[in-house]
Amino acid sequence: MRTTTPSQDFIRGIWQENPVLIQMLGLCPALAVTNTVKNALAMSAATFFVLCCSSVLISTFKSIIPKEVRISSYILVIATFVTLADMMLQAYAPVQHKELGAFIALIVVNCMILGRQEAFASRNKVYRSLLDAVGTGIGFTIALVMMGGFREILGIGTFFDIPLFGPNFEPWVVMVLPAGGFLTLGFIILGMGVYEQRKQARQAHGEAA
Amino acid sequence: MNERPDRDPIEVQVVDPSRPNSGDDAPAEKQVSTLRLVATLAVAGALAGLLIVLVNLHTKPIIDEYKAEQLKLAIYEVLPGVSRYRTLYLVDGSLSGEVPSGAKATDFRQAYVGYDEAGQMKGVAVSRGESGFQDVVQVIFGFEAETGILLGMKVLESKETPGLGDKIFKDQNFVDQFFARPQTPLAAIKAGSGKGAPGEIDAITGATISSKVVVSIINNGIAEWLPVLEQGIPEEAP
Repeated sequence: MRTTTPSQDFIRGIWQENPVLIQMLGLCPALAVTNTVKNALAMSAATFFVLCCSSVLISTFKSIIPKEVRISSYILVIATFVTLADMMLQAYAPVQHKELGAFIALIVVNCMILGRQEAFASRNKVYRSLLDAVGTGIGFTIALVMMGGFREILGIGTFFDIPLFGPNFEPWVVMVLPAGGFLTLGFIILGMGVYEQRKQARQAHGEAA
Repeated sequence: MNERPDRDPIEVQVVDPSRPNSGDDAPAEKQVSTLRLVATLAVAGALAGLLIVLVNLHTKPIIDEYKAEQLKLAIYEVLPGVSRYRTLYLVDGSLSGEVPSGAKATDFRQAYVGYDEAGQMKGVAVSRGESGFQDVVQVIFGFEAETGILLGMKVLESKETPGLGDKIFKDQNFVDQFFARPQTPLAAIKAGSGKGAPGEIDAITGATISSKVVVSIINNGIAEWLPVLEQGIPEEAP
């Protein structure tokens, strides 16, 4: 078994194993609700809350959950926290809750969260699980806000509701539509791929020299 | 993408020797009793339910208060010049100031009658939903009880396409068309093709369906409510 340091647990989810951009998990919210930065942030915050709470709880009780029903137990825990997040968003951020609609409830089926429980929280100490969850949550937030920013700037011509261009700017409506989500995600992943390839080429070149 | 064999934690963790295989192919060394499995899930479920109920007790009043506040704001918006309103309920085809005892207020369709400073009735606001392009569009609108003249309109709920259909509430030029319209029924027409006939509403380019839904809700709503209102509005209880 590969051992990792606590800092690796934390950093890993942000870049190297970014849930959305590298592991391709949690794509449903990443495509659906990233038409504005605000929506992306609200979705990230709700997911972050659910992920951290579930990881801590499951890591705490990992020894008493029978392995036959572990997936059911994880889903139960996740669904509970999603319901709480749903009710709290509706009470304290009703506008955002309305915008996100059904996608809040759908956090339950976000593979990224269940994946972290099965792959990490159920086998590691509580504080390591929390670090892992926080790192993964930040990685998810970065990916969503990046997409939200890109789409809002091009699709509406604003960033965080602040108009960026003059009145003559014709927004690319397609960017806030579902198709824009796929385009944006594709280009971001392409960009990361090119960056990685260049980096490796540079390293190979350095070794050869 | 480049190969990075160390990047998948699931793959690495599967070989963890400290944990028995979880697949069906390997017979488990000791069988956990079914009772224990059921008990674990039952206890966890009960705790989860308890937690949700507790948080719900806390958030429900806030949510209800917000919804009532939004409705109040909407009523004043679609009935310009109104200083107060009262809620009437549609009970057995006629309006009543209160619901029959034992029934819930939310089970009845509601009409909000608005009065100005002098106590004069200005108009009636009702809300109505019809299927839009994505989901049901819920609209509240105010009109004069005798004539059916449209006083104002506001979209309460809509999941119409962002950037196109959502202009039914984001495009002020579109919304403004629904204030103080002297003639009903309305007709949605292609923007700019109007012949100046009363009742024409310029539809939003690229959101014809959404525009037509709003118009249809108002037409159907007024046609439905005018006969009810003609039967008279019950006097206010002193």
